[in-house]
Amino acid sequence: MTPAEYFQRDRSLHPPAYAPGYKTSVSRSPRQALLSIEQGYSEVTGPVFGHADFGPLDNDLIKNYAHSGDPIGERIIVHGRVVDENGRPVPRTLVEIWQANASGRYRHKKDTYLAPIDPNFGGCGRTLTDENGYYYFRTVKPGAYPWRNYVNSWRPAHIHVSVFGSSFSQRLITQMYFEGDPLIRTCPIVNTIPDKAAIDRLIAALDVNAAIPFDCLAYKFDIVLRGRRSTLFENRLAGN
Amino acid sequence: MPQTLDYLKETASQTAGPYVHIGLAPGAAGFKLYETELGWDIAGAEAPGERIHVEGLVIDGTGAPVKDVLIEVWQADSLGIHAHPEDPRFAEVSPGFRGWGRVITDFATGLWGFDTVKPGPVPGRSGRVQAPHLNLWIVARGINIGLATRMYFPEEADLNASDPVLTLIEQEQRRSTLVATREAPGRYRFDIRLQGDGETVFLDV
Ligand SMILES: [Fe+3]
Repeated sequence: MTPAEYFQRDRSLHPPAYAPGYKTSVSRSPRQALLSIEQGYSEVTGPVFGHADFGPLDNDLIKNYAHSGDPIGERIIVHGRVVDENGRPVPRTLVEIWQANASGRYRHKKDTYLAPIDPNFGGCGRTLTDENGYYYFRTVKPGAYPWRNYVNSWRPAHIHVSVFGSSFSQRLITQMYFEGDPLIRTCPIVNTIPDKAAIDRLIAALDVNAAIPFDCLAYKFDIVLRGRRSTLFENRLAGN
Repeated sequence: MPQTLDYLKETASQTAGPYVHIGLAPGAAGFKLYETELGWDIAGAEAPGERIHVEGLVIDGTGAPVKDVLIEVWQADSLGIHAHPEDPRFAEVSPGFRGWGRVITDFATGLWGFDTVKPGPVPGRSGRVQAPHLNLWIVARGINIGLATRMYFPEEADLNASDPVLTLIEQEQRRSTLVATREAPGRYRFDIRLQGDGETVFLDV
């Protein structure tokens, strides 16, 4: 018997493929309906990562590209838990992040924004959640940056976040925003999400309890992945 | 008012944006940060089976190649076993086989390609065999939520004809959007069309 399936994804909480306010989506969005399939082994399994895959500084963006000193910017901790829709922790799952530096510039050959590249900041990090689904990174707060959508569109400060979960069907990429940023409500990418509460759940809260005095502030960002069914009334009780 | 169900709600997706490469494939994007880059070796050197190369373009609704796409692959080994503890045959998975990889395009042309071993058929729910296939997940700027699809093999006509996913596609002419072209022994071409004529079938898994 195949292991238990994951909950059906609630597409009303996610941006639709076609969201014309975000212009690039217009020619990159499928027009046909998605084909809904039963989950088999291909869907309920997914890649497994271990500590051997990681270096000691992989989750420390302040140190993992530092050459002549620390990067410029507001030092922060970003931390939280990865749980599923049942509230259960997702342990030992890969969390990867990438972001602009404090002035809003990415270390990427396609980024031509006039703000400076920081010689001591790479802008990516990765970690595994622990047994309780907990993760943390140390970094600097990214700056807002302009982009070509409308003539004067600016992205709110954000960190891109990629999570795997326990199966390939839980795979998710999202963006984390910062409490109090006035650019959030006007951002065409944020506003691809049709559900106001779902947008609010992407905004990390300032978490003074996790700040380190005279060192760095902290923001808490919890991530929820699809939950999993208990296969009640099949041949045996599986899942959970 | 009935009781409130106490499920949490899934975190909303957001586009991976134009700079996904620095986050998920910094080495391939040309900057050295991690000791080990994840996902560049799908099958490992020791896994038995036919070694294959797969390449293609992701094409947008105007016919242009999408040059900033990132694709992830998840697949079974040549015996149809996934490198995951919930596969009942996990103990017998090919040595060194991981089954997962990620690839970015050539920024000038949009062409992507990867090497792996051809997967075997995978047992399905209610005993229906799934034809050999690669599971693909596509993200890019302008893609608001990752697009899932599958690549099947043209020489597996019999298994493809009874595959539970391919046969679920109501319009028979669209089934071929999930079947690669075999250009030479071990070399496959698989173009993915995001929109319009010949639009690839994408899956809600
Ligand atoms: Fe960004």
